[in-house]
Amino acid sequence: MSAPTSAPRSLTGSFPAEAFAQHLTSLAGAPAWWLDRQRAAYETYAGLPMPRRTDESWRFSNVVGLSLDGFTANPAASPTALTSPFGTPHLAFLNNTVVNRNAVPAELVRQGVVVTTLVEAAAQHPELLRAHFMAQPQKLGSGKFAALHSAFVGAGAFVYVPRGVEVKEPILITHAAAGAGSAVFPHTLVVLEENARATVVDHFVSADDAAHFACGANDLYAGHGSQLTYIGAQDWSRTSRSFQFNSTVVRRDARVQSLNLHLGGRQARHESLSQLQAPGAFSEMLALTVADDTQEFDQRTLQIHQAPNTKSDLLYKNALRDQSKTIFSGLIVVDPDAQKTDAYQSNRNLMLSDDAEASSLPGLEIQANDVRCTHGATTSRIDPEQEFYLQARGISKAAADELLTFGFFEEVLNRLESDPLHDVLRTLIQSQFKK
Amino acid sequence: MKPSPDTLPADEATAVENPVSGIDQSSGNFRYEMDYAFDAGTGLTENTVRYISEVKKEASWLLDFRLNALKTFHSKPLPTHWATKDLENINFDKIRYYLSQGLKPKRTWEEVPDDIKKTFERLGIPEQERKFLAGVEAQFDSEAAYSNIKEIVSKQGVIFVNSTEGLREHPELFRKFFGKVIPTGDNKFSALNSAVFSGGSFIYVPPGVKVAQPLQAYFRINAENFGQFERTLIIADEGSEVTYMEGCTAPKFSTSTLHSAVVELVALKGAKIQYITVQNWSSNVFNLVTKRGVAHEMAEIKWIDCNIGSRLTMKYPGVVLKGRKARGEVISIALANDGQHQDTGAKMIHQADETTSNIVAKSISVGQGRSTYRGQVHIPKHLKGCKNNTECDALLINTNSRTDTYPAITVKGDRNAVQHEASVSKVNEEMIFYMQQRGLTEGQAMSLAVNGFINDLARQFPMEYSVELKRLIDLEMEGSVG
Repeated sequence: MSAPTSAPRSLTGSFPAEAFAQHLTSLAGAPAWWLDRQRAAYETYAGLPMPRRTDESWRFSNVVGLSLDGFTANPAASPTALTSPFGTPHLAFLNNTVVNRNAVPAELVRQGVVVTTLVEAAAQHPELLRAHFMAQPQKLGSGKFAALHSAFVGAGAFVYVPRGVEVKEPILITHAAAGAGSAVFPHTLVVLEENARATVVDHFVSADDAAHFACGANDLYAGHGSQLTYIGAQDWSRTSRSFQFNSTVVRRDARVQSLNLHLGGRQARHESLSQLQAPGAFSEMLALTVADDTQEFDQRTLQIHQAPNTKSDLLYKNALRDQSKTIFSGLIVVDPDAQKTDAYQSNRNLMLSDDAEASSLPGLEIQANDVRCTHGATTSRIDPEQEFYLQARGISKAAADELLTFGFFEEVLNRLESDPLHDVLRTLIQSQFKK
Repeated sequence: MKPSPDTLPADEATAVENPVSGIDQSSGNFRYEMDYAFDAGTGLTENTVRYISEVKKEASWLLDFRLNALKTFHSKPLPTHWATKDLENINFDKIRYYLSQGLKPKRTWEEVPDDIKKTFERLGIPEQERKFLAGVEAQFDSEAAYSNIKEIVSKQGVIFVNSTEGLREHPELFRKFFGKVIPTGDNKFSALNSAVFSGGSFIYVPPGVKVAQPLQAYFRINAENFGQFERTLIIADEGSEVTYMEGCTAPKFSTSTLHSAVVELVALKGAKIQYITVQNWSSNVFNLVTKRGVAHEMAEIKWIDCNIGSRLTMKYPGVVLKGRKARGEVISIALANDGQHQDTGAKMIHQADETTSNIVAKSISVGQGRSTYRGQVHIPKHLKGCKNNTECDALLINTNSRTDTYPAITVKGDRNAVQHEASVSKVNEEMIFYMQQRGLTEGQAMSLAVNGFINDLARQFPMEYSVELKRLIDLEMEGSVG
């Protein structure tokens, strides 16, 4: 297997053609279409420039801080028992290798539920994988990094729920990184057939305090009438850089609720794309970010309404401490003739420090007139009146602030139907505050 | 110089019904053949700039300023990485950068040449002055054709002249503030304006003087392929107050016309400036304007900006809130009809404690029209007690009308509060039905609904303007339904 034409080192950084060739050798069993897509992705990656300060889709981001150097493209992995606050993972990856598997209940297997790795899925469900794997467009500005992910992705989870099947317990997947400079490419692909129901949890975590490079994607496909709840909890080490690309496709009368929790990383960018493709589709996009120290969280979202009578509801909340920085850039697009669209977008920033910085770019592009589209963005500190109210009842200022801050997050967490998941997320947020 | 008959429209004889008809698009659609005494020709080179400067007998520092600006203009790319690609359709080599009949504006209406007089009489300028304005300046292509200020106002020490006169007669004052609010390199079009500017108003209001009635300027493009580049500088000294109104029109040409103004406002301690624009350019005008004011301690700057007409308008009036407790406000109304793109908004740059700003933008998209709100709110580090409120409402009339909203808000620190809200809606069907039940046609009902949508903003205009605005909306809404 020969490597594609080599590009200047400056454009490929730690991921030169040799590293890509080495990656391909590890995928000897993968089908030809997969390898073709990866080669094409690598060409794209090597050809694209790094983002520039003047790129509108990188506005307010610390573009200078982005770097492709100093990482290990194909880090080694040794079997490790990974624990997850969500429970025992069904699939656990460490440095792009499966290190742990726990089968789903036999009853579900009998009904046709699949929870496996991408490589195995390529062998056992080739048609399904081919139709959905690396099939969604990238529209949010990270073309280069998304292509890097597509070129190097190998280990990843494939979740498939057949028609009419309901999976009650959450499907848990852990993506971990270990060792200085390790580059990981987590991938989760979820396909729900008609009227299926499932909850999938991705947990991203570092096994040590070293600086990692995470460049992941999660593609969610909700077939007609299906219901999917997706949780993405990002807790990389505080020196890591992270990119995560989400693409959600919602078909007729389907409903997807996704909640992304952002805690880790030194600089973390999350791009989320929801495509409402058929009438009755509903996408609920939720995110919580606790930023402290000098962390930078960069969140870019796009809600595309491609069919009439679709609904999307976005709520992104950021709490900023110390010298942290958050960026929220969202866009609602209503295509011509997507009448009766109901779209909402809200970004709330809670400033807990005088040195923090929050930028908000809530955007709308509407090309149909019979719609209900609103957005709002607010940035402020804890409401002094609420603080006073609590203090007047004998609660100390510190305790009052903590109560009000958690109250700020509860609005989002309460949207979850599952209490156990709610509790785990709350504990994760609290532990971040206690750090 | 009689206007040649074949360039007059058929309704030339019809009397203008409303004397304040400066914003009626149909009344602006006429032009006269002119013999210009000064013409810088077509295209933009260093010689064009030298010609303009020479005609105006300018000081050498100003020529240098212009030439530097020209370099900046050439070095800057078009901002198409965020703005519409339509900008690429401006052919800078085909534009005429300076045209005038004479340099000295006439002080009495009788002195103004007949054909220019006719133009402005059709637009109702002298009538307006007689009625209620404290001063009027009318700019015809590059230079002011007429300028007058009521004696009572000039006795208070108020200076109201065009920018050429301002430079000549008040060089110290002018130079102190000129180009300070909007530096040459602010953007490509401010650089262009700095290179070739001509005309525009220069206003100085001495400390404590409150100009009771509005000052008005009127901008008219008459020649085809012409670029109008006026430059306005308003200085309100401590504790003074002034209201300035401008109106703009141009006839319909088949080729595009460029209007690229720079407006700088300085409100010193405790001063108040209100700047009202009603722009009704014809649908071939690229209207690319940079407007910004600096509000010092306790000062207040309010932009009331109404954009109807033009092919593409890009205008984001801004306020730099430089002194403690300064206040900035932008009230914006935009109406985009078929083939038009209103890309308007506001900028609020907070630089001192306890500064407050408010933006209210309402836009209406008709037919294939596209209206865009683009805004920026910036609160830097270690300020306290700053507040911003932004509201954007868009109304979409037809099935495929388009509206966009692109705000950018940056807040540092935990002692400030910012809120932004936007909504998009269509005219309530029940409301239309209700009105139709009471005998209104669908068109009338729609017009009423649209007027209702902007009513709370239109009320902030001087009465004559708000009446005219309503009439104009009725006109634009004609044939938009059914």
